[in-house]
Amino acid sequence: MKTGTPGKTTDLPVLLDVAQIAPKNIRLPRLRLWHGVALFGAVLLFSSIAGAQTGPAEASPIAVIFKWMPLLLRGFLFNLLLSVLSMALGTILGVPLGLMQLSNLRTLRACAWAFTQFFRNAPWLVLLFFAMYLVPYQFELGGVIVPFPDWVKAVIGFALPVMANVAEIVRGAVQSLPGGQWEAAESLAFTRRQTMWMIILPQCLQRMLPPWMNVYSIITMSTVLASIVGINEMLTLTAQVHNAEGGRPDLLAPLYGFALLCFFIYCYPINLWTVRLERRFHVKS
Amino acid sequence: MPAWTPDQPMVRLSDVRKSFGEFEVLKGVSFDVKKGEVICIIGPSGSGKSTLIRCINALVPINSGSILVEGLEVNDPALDKLALRRKVGMVFQQYNLFPHKNALQNIMMAPLHVLKQDRGEVEARAHALLKKVRLEGKADAYPGELSGGQQQRVAIARSLAMRPDLMLFDEVTAALDPETVKEVLVTIRELAQEGMTCILVTHEMGFAREIADHVYFTDHGIIVEHGPPAELLDNPREERTRAFLEQVL
Repeated sequence: MKTGTPGKTTDLPVLLDVAQIAPKNIRLPRLRLWHGVALFGAVLLFSSIAGAQTGPAEASPIAVIFKWMPLLLRGFLFNLLLSVLSMALGTILGVPLGLMQLSNLRTLRACAWAFTQFFRNAPWLVLLFFAMYLVPYQFELGGVIVPFPDWVKAVIGFALPVMANVAEIVRGAVQSLPGGQWEAAESLAFTRRQTMWMIILPQCLQRMLPPWMNVYSIITMSTVLASIVGINEMLTLTAQVHNAEGGRPDLLAPLYGFALLCFFIYCYPINLWTVRLERRFHVKS
Repeated sequence: MPAWTPDQPMVRLSDVRKSFGEFEVLKGVSFDVKKGEVICIIGPSGSGKSTLIRCINALVPINSGSILVEGLEVNDPALDKLALRRKVGMVFQQYNLFPHKNALQNIMMAPLHVLKQDRGEVEARAHALLKKVRLEGKADAYPGELSGGQQQRVAIARSLAMRPDLMLFDEVTAALDPETVKEVLVTIRELAQEGMTCILVTHEMGFAREIADHVYFTDHGIIVEHGPPAELLDNPREERTRAFLEQVL
């Protein structure tokens, strides 16, 4: 009889033995940059056909995009800022939350679990609204007034689901390690805390990186939700540019296509890298 | 409690019982191990051997009974587990080396961070232990780069680095290739000859016969019979022992 198998391992598909879920030797088509450029070109082509029907007096879609590009890209940078900050905050909160789910104390474990499940199973937009309207616009800390502008609240709103997902990644990675590692450490008289920090977590870093990057890529794409609560990020600016250009229907596809392209160019390499890391770690283990 | 002295049994199990849920794995096991003695526990899979050996260093809590290790009661809620485990080394079937550390670091970690010993002294000891298990050249190798037999010898060295009084071996050759079994058994034999007190769970009957002072045959959570190896392995008194030995020999 072996006593080493800990109960449930993980419900994160990325942490399951890859061989179990992904049949081997399936070659995913490799998207290259030119695929994206071709896509964008097609969008422009269709829109210029649409443009040709509206008359020659108006600027072409390409000219419009070029004209507004600095503004739009600044908006995109703001999306990236939101994504990086919420990922950082979410990770800082999520790692301890995940560790609490592994605590020896039953109550702490149960609370951390409930907390995680609550934020993991809430729609992100609802959490965003929740943060926007329930977090005060300023905060008094020992006589100093710390202002909470809208974008900070948005970061908090996005950090909540990130926190819950990171907590699950940490818990899943720790539980996916063979129980023998714990037994060996215990038999050498390491304390639980030493075992976690010196033996378990260093081995988990590798396992946690791909799903963590996955969450990052998803949160980046989700930052456009902030447009709904009136933050001047790329999508908001795109709509404003469209209005400024008189709301021409032929500009819809090129303008929003440009936004799509920006996110694609940023997120797709992250996903490629994630897949590569997953593959490498799997081969190694 | 009177202090333990070396003339008393180093390990004394009395009526140890353990259940996993409804299933009673150990149904009242008792035995003594004297200092310097080597005992082997044999028996069919699922007979409770691994659980028994894990109870001795409190990896598995028991339900009732008593386990005394050098006078320390293991079945005591107030037990200082770390104090117990500093006396008791353990080697596992799956080696369980720390894969992110090389052989030398695996050996040094516990003395450095658990016993807080001096790094220079620990490092010298670790090199000496590697030499003892005939792996001098492998200090920088990571577990993934070592064969099963080599990993197991590093695991033995790692345990010895804590200078335990008692070593537990849980089917340490069961996962090894036949050609590397021998190198691990040689290491254990040397330890036994140096006077280390050892409790082994093993399927290597020939090895048990050679090094054990006493062999225990367990089945269904009880000790069916025990005795010196020649006696138990050649002339078993119990039908169950005989049936088991016929299967494995």
